Amino acid sequence: MSSLETERQSTSDHISAEEVIHVAKLARLQLSEEEVEKFTAQLATVLRYAGQVAALDTADVEPTAHPMAMVNVLREDLPKPGLDREEVLDQAPAVEGSFFKVPRIVAEE
Amino acid sequence: MGDDFETVIGLEVHCELATRTKLFCDCPNQFGDEPNTNVCPVCLGLPGSLPVLNKAAVEMAMRIGMALHCEIRPSVFHRKNYFYPDMPKDYQISQYDAPICVNGWLELPDGSTVGIVRAHLEEDTGKTTHVGDTGRIHDASYSLVDYNRAGIPLVEVVSAPDLRSGQQARQYVSELRAILLATGTSDGKLEEGSLRVDANISVRRRGRDELGTRCEIKNLNSLRSLARAIDYEAERQADLVRQGSEVVQETRHWSEDEGRTVPMRSKEEAFDYRYFPEPDLVVLAPEQQWVERVRLSLGLLPEERRKRLTRAINQSSPTAVSLGHGNVRGELEAENSSESGRAEAMASHVAKIVELGLDDLVLSAIESGADKRIAVMRAVNEAATDPERARQIDPGHFAKLVEMEHKGQVSATQAKIILGRMLEKGGGDPAAIAAEEGFSALSQDELVEVIDSVISANDDAWQRFISGDQAVGKFLVGQVMKATRGRADGRVVMELLTARSSS
Amino acid sequence: MDDSSALAISQKVRSGELKAVEVVEEAISRIDKGDALFHAFLHVSSELALERAAVVDEQIARGEDPGRLAGVPVALKDNLCTKGIPTTAASVILDGWVPPYDATVVSRLKEAGAVVIGKTNMDEFAMGSSTENSAFGITRNPRDPNRVPGGSSGGSAVAVAASFVPLALGSDTGGSIRQPAALCGVVGIKPTYGLVSRYGLIAFASSLDQIGPFAATVADAVTLLEVIAGHDSRDSTSLDRPAPSILGRLDEGVNGLRVGVVSELLEGADPAVVAKVRLAADVLANAGASVEETSIPVLSYSLPAYYLLAPAEASSNLARYDGVRYGLRVDAPDVESMNSKTREKGFGPEVKRRIMLGTYALSAGYYDAFYAQAQKVRTLVINSFSAAYENYDLLLSPTSPTTAFPLGSKIADPLSMYLSDICTIPSNLAGHPAMNVPFGTDGDGLPVGVQIMAPALGEEVMARAAAVLETAEPNLLENKG
Repeated sequence: MSSLETERQSTSDHISAEEVIHVAKLARLQLSEEEVEKFTAQLATVLRYAGQVAALDTADVEPTAHPMAMVNVLREDLPKPGLDREEVLDQAPAVEGSFFKVPRIVAEE
Repeated sequence: MGDDFETVIGLEVHCELATRTKLFCDCPNQFGDEPNTNVCPVCLGLPGSLPVLNKAAVEMAMRIGMALHCEIRPSVFHRKNYFYPDMPKDYQISQYDAPICVNGWLELPDGSTVGIVRAHLEEDTGKTTHVGDTGRIHDASYSLVDYNRAGIPLVEVVSAPDLRSGQQARQYVSELRAILLATGTSDGKLEEGSLRVDANISVRRRGRDELGTRCEIKNLNSLRSLARAIDYEAERQADLVRQGSEVVQETRHWSEDEGRTVPMRSKEEAFDYRYFPEPDLVVLAPEQQWVERVRLSLGLLPEERRKRLTRAINQSSPTAVSLGHGNVRGELEAENSSESGRAEAMASHVAKIVELGLDDLVLSAIESGADKRIAVMRAVNEAATDPERARQIDPGHFAKLVEMEHKGQVSATQAKIILGRMLEKGGGDPAAIAAEEGFSALSQDELVEVIDSVISANDDAWQRFISGDQAVGKFLVGQVMKATRGRADGRVVMELLTARSSS
Repeated sequence: MDDSSALAISQKVRSGELKAVEVVEEAISRIDKGDALFHAFLHVSSELALERAAVVDEQIARGEDPGRLAGVPVALKDNLCTKGIPTTAASVILDGWVPPYDATVVSRLKEAGAVVIGKTNMDEFAMGSSTENSAFGITRNPRDPNRVPGGSSGGSAVAVAASFVPLALGSDTGGSIRQPAALCGVVGIKPTYGLVSRYGLIAFASSLDQIGPFAATVADAVTLLEVIAGHDSRDSTSLDRPAPSILGRLDEGVNGLRVGVVSELLEGADPAVVAKVRLAADVLANAGASVEETSIPVLSYSLPAYYLLAPAEASSNLARYDGVRYGLRVDAPDVESMNSKTREKGFGPEVKRRIMLGTYALSAGYYDAFYAQAQKVRTLVINSFSAAYENYDLLLSPTSPTTAFPLGSKIADPLSMYLSDICTIPSNLAGHPAMNVPFGTDGDGLPVGVQIMAPALGEEVMARAAAVLETAEPNLLENKG
């Protein structure tokens, strides 16, 4: 069995609730139990559909990251004024002095 | 570390580049400005913003890579996805499996070679300050974020796991820093954070090939901590294995106060960075012409400069010991009396001279026939006090000064003073300065005459000296120096007094 | 030239015949009266618009030329950053956010003398095909208020279709300009990828997103495209070329051009829609093009590939909405909880679904089978287009397989909603230009659109063919035959 075929076999079109919870955590989304259930079913459907891509033989095909192949877009190293700090901090949800304020980074045990 | 185990170390060094702007936007790359004043939509990660690559950063990455004998390759940027408040986009633009520099090596002053797996470009994060009892993250009640440093260009240099001791790791970082300074790509200050070192350490029984489980040690912000942490960690792991336990793969933090490594709470528990090619940037494939231009502009690297200077020193034949010369030999001998010790001392002097960028000065002096030992010592001791000014000194003048001292036209003390004046002024003809100062060394006869008169005038002291009082000898030397107004060499005077006292 | 067209308006404003302020006042008035029903606009920036219009009039009075679009009111999809004007991407997570900068296209509009009237409704973060995913209410189709206008640029399509403004900008990642254009009966263009700068466009899927024009006529749409297109140093994916010059050549027709009708895209389309596409093919043939059906089998895999690629990029692009620097924050004792609660509250269900889908497709163990494989399928799609364009200068297909569907009819089934984009997605994968030309109505009076596709940078031939179709009267033609 070729490695591509092995991969196709192992690609599950079933996504479990555990996987949904894991993925939600990676994506910093706090889903309700209802959402987990609903999304598990919906994502499974979509993945089954999207998983059709596995049917194509792409052994000798290069992936396309960009539709228009360009190279070497560079910028000169010249400083320019940026944003006014007031403008920036005005839109911030929480500020202390000249800083953005966030709750403690490490959760309490 | 006992003989039973071998330490295997790989280092990942992040170097802040000395560009004028950030990696992907025009904001100034400046240290110490008011928080959140060097920011724009791009480095704040505002909706709709896009990155544009800094040409100077690419060039610096190439310089670093070439200095490490790497191959420069077409490369791609990737997104490294994880959440953290100091990350404006909650992904970092970095390079993953197609970095710009690969397959190099670094030769260390001790002759060992360390492989360089890769060097790549990536953007730095912002800075968080933790507010709480200790200012540490664990007991903080909240944190404050400054994005001035978000987007600063970094080159990450990854070594092969070829290092075998804390000491060697120190050398590696020193040498890497010398290269950064020599190539003008970073100011490489470990203590200030423009150079950051993470060490991957594992142990294995001697004779084995497979690598053991490794731990990553972070927070190594001095060369001393680096060496200590590595040696501690290696011993910790070896002990575990000796006891039949397993080393757990984890990230650990070096505690300077406690003198040990401790497990660290991980930043991103799942460690799934979900790398994919950055769709907002295009492939980077520097044209051959550009690569060649950079290579030509590189100049000699520290390693090559050390070799060149060492060759020049070894080639010039040892000169006859003369009065003026004896003093310098004494300076050298004071460091180490053995042959190999002297060789080691010379290697260390050569390294220092190159690190300070004084090798061109010393080299040209030696090549014009000046005494090599004097040239080296004056560079290492006096010129080193102000290397920037020293680099401005006319090599011909430096060579002349060395010769004046060598021939005894001025004493060592006087030569040091003249060199001091030359440093102050950024140059100057040593002969003219000597005349200004009224310097000339004493001839042997003149010196003996002065010693005679000092002995006569200090009979008491002389008698005590003859009977073995060393301390009073210094007093007598001082008297001679006073009488000659510094035109004599202290050591030579002591030699003569000693010789006289035993005759 | 129609009085209400952008070209007519700007001509009159530049000649002094019309005052920009009057034009803008009338637009605002039309919106005030008519938009309560349709809800095309999320925000009407009347004050700023009138100020701008006054400046245009002053320039005219001084003998200066404000630009090609002098005094023309333009509506902008609410994922385009507008300095000083709230920009939400129709999401709670950006509710109240006011950008401190303008998108490049917005700057170019201003430089051309256009007047930004307001921001239009859309599917949240451009994810959807009906504008039902907006956090701030639906938008209704002017032809039938119980039906969707399409999406995700539904608001912009309606702004033009309801004659509130002659011009609007939208964004198209999988058909989000063309499909609402078809459902509302207006012209909508997705340019070649990289032709229009994305700087200031709130990103959905970076390698697929493009900004493009809505207008009632091909000439107006092309004019707007010319104003916004061209190299931008702030966008690394921006093509290194100036804006194209098409308007002058619009009437050059299609004589001698080879047109392929894509059979795969006719499959599954409503009979009324298929009929119009065939009619369009006949119109082009009568105008001198050679037209035949052609098969491009790989195109059937475009949709699955898209629904791996687009969500993957989106999951990364939307990570920045974390409650730290701007937008919504839901307080919590630690940062991770704060991020999670903020995003839970701030994002709607479709956005969450796509973020999860995308995160999954990129995650360890699945990257190769999903994301990498989809990138390779993308290559196959591009290759098959290239092969097709060796035999054809243009391709023809339906824009949407159906006409406007009833509100609420597809929202419960994500997959059925995704299938609305089956005809439009291939061009996004390839980065090629494509546009919707309104072409009559179906039996229920609902607009039908025909899609013209061209190879990269083929905007000119594409627009020429559109101009030919525009002059036909499809309903009459159909009834004749």
